[in-house]
Amino acid sequence: MNSYTAAFAWLFSGKNWAGPTGIGQRLVEHLGYSALTLLIAIVIAVPLGLYIGHTGRGRAVVVPFTGALRALPTLGLVILLALWLGFGLTPPLIALVILAIPPVLAGAYSGIESVDRETVDAARSIGFTGWGALWQVEVPLALPLIVGGVRSAVLQVVATWTVAAYLPLGGLGRFLYDGLPVRDYAEMLGGSIVVIALALALDGAFALVQRAVTPRGVVAGRVSDIRTSTQSPDRKERTWLAPEA
Amino acid sequence: MARTRGMIAAAGTLALAALALTACSSGNPLATGGSTSGAKAPAGSITVGSAAFPESEILAYIYADALTDAGVKATVKPNIGQRDVYIAALKDGSIDLVPEYTGNLLQYFDQSQNPQGADAVYAALQKATPAGFEVLDQAPGSDADSYNVTKKFSEDNHITSLSDLAGYKGSLKVGANSEFGTRPYGIPGLKSDYGVTATLVAIADSGGPNTQKALQDGTVQLADIYSTDPSIKADGFVTLSDPKNMILAQNVVPLINSSKASAKVKDTLNKVSTKITTDALIDINTKSAVDKESADAIASAWVKANGF
Amino acid sequence: MTWLAGNWPQLVDYGLAHVLLSIPPIIVGFLLSLPFGWLANRYRVSRGVLLTLGGILYAIPSLPLFVLLPSLIGTKILDPLNVEVALTIYAFALMLRTTADGLASVGGDVKLSATAVGYGAFRRFVGVELPLAGPVLLAGIRVVSVSTVSLVTIGSVIGVNSLGFFFLDGYQRSFFTEVWVGIGGTLLIALVFDALLVLAGRALMPWTRTRRGALTAAYGRAQSRWAVLR
Repeated sequence: MNSYTAAFAWLFSGKNWAGPTGIGQRLVEHLGYSALTLLIAIVIAVPLGLYIGHTGRGRAVVVPFTGALRALPTLGLVILLALWLGFGLTPPLIALVILAIPPVLAGAYSGIESVDRETVDAARSIGFTGWGALWQVEVPLALPLIVGGVRSAVLQVVATWTVAAYLPLGGLGRFLYDGLPVRDYAEMLGGSIVVIALALALDGAFALVQRAVTPRGVVAGRVSDIRTSTQSPDRKERTWLAPEA
Repeated sequence: MARTRGMIAAAGTLALAALALTACSSGNPLATGGSTSGAKAPAGSITVGSAAFPESEILAYIYADALTDAGVKATVKPNIGQRDVYIAALKDGSIDLVPEYTGNLLQYFDQSQNPQGADAVYAALQKATPAGFEVLDQAPGSDADSYNVTKKFSEDNHITSLSDLAGYKGSLKVGANSEFGTRPYGIPGLKSDYGVTATLVAIADSGGPNTQKALQDGTVQLADIYSTDPSIKADGFVTLSDPKNMILAQNVVPLINSSKASAKVKDTLNKVSTKITTDALIDINTKSAVDKESADAIASAWVKANGF
Repeated sequence: MTWLAGNWPQLVDYGLAHVLLSIPPIIVGFLLSLPFGWLANRYRVSRGVLLTLGGILYAIPSLPLFVLLPSLIGTKILDPLNVEVALTIYAFALMLRTTADGLASVGGDVKLSATAVGYGAFRRFVGVELPLAGPVLLAGIRVVSVSTVSLVTIGSVIGVNSLGFFFLDGYQRSFFTEVWVGIGGTLLIALVFDALLVLAGRALMPWTRTRRGALTAAYGRAQSRWAVLR
C-alpha cells in the first residue's frame, strides 16, 4: 500500500506541478487535446447522426460500421498513423477522432429515433416543415441523448489520450509512459489519479448539462433511470425490441 | 415451459463452458511459468526474457535456441519492457535469464560506479550483481548508447564530442526512450559530466527508425542510437565522442538466476557469447531493421550458422 | 504478403494468446453483472451505489490498472492474469448498467404473472426475467466483447503479449505491414467473437428470430449507450 502514499506525496508535491513537464502543464495539454478531439468528432458525427435519425437512411450501414470502429485497437491505430504521417499532434488526433465518432454518432441518431413519431407527425400537421420539425421539435427532444453520446465520448477520449502518449506527446499519459520503464509507481499512480479525477469531473459536468437540456416532462433523457415494476411493459418492449416498427 | 427449461439447460451449458474456458486460460501458450496457480515450469526449464527492443529479443531467442539444442527446455518472453521492469520480472521468478549489457546493468545495480574498460566494468558488475543472480561470461561484442547528430549539425556547429555541446547556443532536444530522462548516461549525466542542459523527447523505439527520422527532420538535435544500429553508417550520422567516459563499456552478457545456472546451461551460454561479436550484432540488427525478419527467425538462422 | 507467409507461426501464437486473453474477461464480466444487475434494480440505494461504482471503475485508464494489479492481487508482474482481471473489471463495469436496464425492461405485469402461476423469486429470475432481458443482455455482451478484444492489445505495453506485440514491434522497426497485421488480426478476432455471440443468441433465444431485426435493434441501442474503447 505504500505506493499509494507515495502517489499522494507525488501528487501534492509542489515541484511536480510546476514547469513545462509539471502536472499543471500536462493537465492543460490533456484538456486541450481532448477538447479538440471532441469538437472535431461532434462537427462530423452530430450532423450525420441527425441525418440518419431523421431520414432513417444509412442506419443499416452505420450501426455495424460503428461497431467495427469500436473494435479498432487504439494503440495500433495511433502507431499506424504516426508511422505514416510522422510525429506531431495530427496523427494521434485523427486516430482519437475516429474513435470518438461512434458514441457521438450513436447518441445523435438514437436520440432522434427516440422521439415519438406521433410527436413529429403532430408538428408537421400544424405546419412545421421537415427542417423546422427537425430543429424545433426533434433536436430539443433528442438533446439529452445527443449530450449523452458526447458524454460517453468524453470519458473515452480522456482515457485514450493517455494511451496515445506512447508517442512523443504531452498530456497526462506522459506520467504513465515515463513511469513505466523505471517502475516509478508514485508517478504512474499519481498521474492515473489525475486522469481519473479529470474523467469523473468532466463526466459529472456533462451529467449536469444533460439534465439541463432535458425538456420538462420528457422521458427520452431518462431512459437510463427506468426502474422496475409499475410501468407499462408495452412501451418498454417496443423501445428495446423494435424501435424501427 | 418446455422451451424455458431448454433455455435454462442451454444457459447452464454455456456457463459451464465459460468456466471451462476460464480455467483453460491459464494454459496461455505465451505465458508458461508465469502463473501463480502453482503450475510451476518443470524443473530445469528456463524462461528467457527480453527487453522491448529488437536486438534484445533476438539475443533472447538465440539463448533459447542454443539451450534447446543443448537439451535444456527454454521458452522466450519477449517485449517485457525496459531494465527496471525485466529485472523485477527476473527477481519475482517470471523469467530466469535475460540478455544484458555490462555497463548499463552495473550502473543499474550501483549508480556510483564508473570503471573504465570492458574488463574493469565486467569485474565490477560481477561484484555488484545481487545474491541469487549472476552474470556469465561477457561477449566480445558490445552495443552502447551513443549520442548522434546529423552531419550537417556537426559541421555547422563544429560539434564532434559531447564536451563541444556546452558551447552550443540553441536549445538541445534529445530523442530517446523515456527512461533516458533518469539514467546516469542520459539527461542527468549530460548535465553533471558535461554541463549541458538538454530536454528529452520520449520516442519509445529504442533509437529505432522513428528516432532517426526525428533527428533528420530536426525535431531533435541529438539522438540516442545504439551503436550497433546500421542506420548510423547508412544515414551518415556523427556519433559524438565521450571524452569523460560517461557511457561505460557495454558488452553483451547473460544475466541469470543462479538456481538455473547449471554447468550445462553456463557452458552453452558461454559458448554462444564467444560468437557474439560487434559485427554479429550489426548483422542481426540489419536483418531486423532493414530486412524486417522476425526475431525468432533471425535467431534460429544465427544459431544454425554458428554450429550449435 | 511474403512477410505474412514467413511469420505465420508467430502470428498464430500471438493470435491464440489474444483469443485466450479475451475470453475470460467477457464471460466473467457478464456472469458477475447478473447478480449485481439484479441488485441494482432491487433497492434505490444499491442502484445508486452500484451504478456510480461502475462509472468510476470505467474511468480508470487501462495502462495504470495493468501495472498496479500485481500489488493489489499478489500476482507476478508478467502474469496474464493482470490483464485478464483488469479487463474483467471493465467488462463488469460496462455490463452492469446494461444488465440492470435489461432486467428492468421486463414488464411488471409479466413478473406478477410469473409469481401468480407459482414461480419463486429465483426461478422467476432465471426462467422469466433473464430470457426476456436476453436481447438487451446480448447487445451488451457484444459491445463488451468488441472492446475487450481491442483492449487486450494494450497488455503488450507491459509485456503480456497478444497481437498488440505487432504494434510495438512494428513501431520500433517502422514497419507498416506488421502494424496492419496486428490491427487486421484484432478486427478479425472481434468479428468472429461477435458472429459467435449472435449465433449463440439466436440459438438461445429462438423467439427473436421471428421478430425481424429485434437483435439488431437492441444492439444499435446498446451501441448508443456505451463508449467502450480507451
